[in-house]
Amino acid sequence: MFTGHDAPEAWNDGQAPSPDSLLPLPVRVGRVRRETADVATLELRPASAFAFAEGQFNMLYMFGLGEVAISISGDPAEEGRIVHTVRAVGAVSSAITRLRRNQVIGVRGPYGSYWPVAESEGSDILIVAGGLGLAPLRPVIYHVLAHRERYGRVVVLYGTRSPADILYGGELEAWRRRLDLDITVTVDHAAADWRGNVGVVPAMIPRVPVDPGHAVAMVCGPEIMIRFTVDALRQRGLAEDRIFVSMERNMKCAIGLCGHCQFGPAFICRDGPVFRYDRIASVFSIREI
Amino acid sequence: MQGLERIVLDQPFFAGLGPEFGAAISGCARNLRFAAGDYLFREGEPANEFYLLRQGSVALELHSPGQQPLVVATLREGDILDGSWLVPPYRWTFDARSSELVRVLGVDARCLREKCEADHDLGYELMKRFAGAMGERLRAMRLQVADVYGPRRS
Repeated sequence: MFTGHDAPEAWNDGQAPSPDSLLPLPVRVGRVRRETADVATLELRPASAFAFAEGQFNMLYMFGLGEVAISISGDPAEEGRIVHTVRAVGAVSSAITRLRRNQVIGVRGPYGSYWPVAESEGSDILIVAGGLGLAPLRPVIYHVLAHRERYGRVVVLYGTRSPADILYGGELEAWRRRLDLDITVTVDHAAADWRGNVGVVPAMIPRVPVDPGHAVAMVCGPEIMIRFTVDALRQRGLAEDRIFVSMERNMKCAIGLCGHCQFGPAFICRDGPVFRYDRIASVFSIREI
Repeated sequence: MQGLERIVLDQPFFAGLGPEFGAAISGCARNLRFAAGDYLFREGEPANEFYLLRQGSVALELHSPGQQPLVVATLREGDILDGSWLVPPYRWTFDARSSELVRVLGVDARCLREKCEADHDLGYELMKRFAGAMGERLRAMRLQVADVYGPRRS
């Protein structure tokens, strides 16, 4: 049985968090890459080494505007930079996507639980991402590819709105050329010149080439997509303790104090964002939560 | 068992179907091949034949005058193309274009409808399978229409 990962002990032992954990550190922006019309990937250059686990997030602070929780989308093996992929949604995230090289942003973190990459060794890996949900799963792909011999079949299913909304296009192309990785990109709609797949991610689950009894699924995307995907995974025969999902709510403090991200008995920021599905199944479909 | 009957019964869509039903369906069936870019059918045309995809992929398209067609679904090996042949007015509701070399099992719709009328067990069996497949496709379409990756609704 998979136990999954809890958030680091310091945030789970009932003690008050360190004051430092609320202090954003100024970090200079390095390269900025426009992924789509409203999504940018920023490489931040911290003054000292920055370590994180796959699936964790940082609080990014635009001075004078506010703070948002953003997943870390870079390679966990690279400690000299922090990579975030941000969609312009509100005032803060829009300002972040407009940042330029050498400008400064506040960073505190990393926070939260993480994907079970170590515990999944020996298993088939099924990564299911929807839209911007590919960002917190990209560190898993980096890790699995760096230690490819430790895993069985590795399948990535990525669904997004249209071909113009595909993230990390160059990397996806490079990964697709590998013989040890099965990648399918599907979009909700496309013009006739699109050579890829059109359809939704859950509908593709029945065909994915993994052994349901020996596979671990990691799912991130809009909650509707997660719900339908989990249903499809269960129908495919994956046990609920082999399905991991990354949840999203309005996170403010990131240390389990303010209650903005309460999800039943859990706080997404402290106990998540990555949850083993069987641990949240009882509250997952409660509409009021 | 004849070759075509074997092919019919080997299709996932017909899994578990009795040999007598397999014989009835294969009696109306033929193998067909379409080159990349060929249209298997177009919206509004009579649905005289139903197709089961054996190899390759097919784009279901919606056309709009003066614009590029919009691809709404990609169908792959093992998929049925549509259920328009089964219910009046027996006309296709999308364009179906092969994205690559495609091999299909084509089943004469009138021939099979007549067999379904004569043998309601066969008709019910097929109706259950088509209803299941069409239901799955409808659920997928609902997710597409929901535009879950688009701007968040408040």
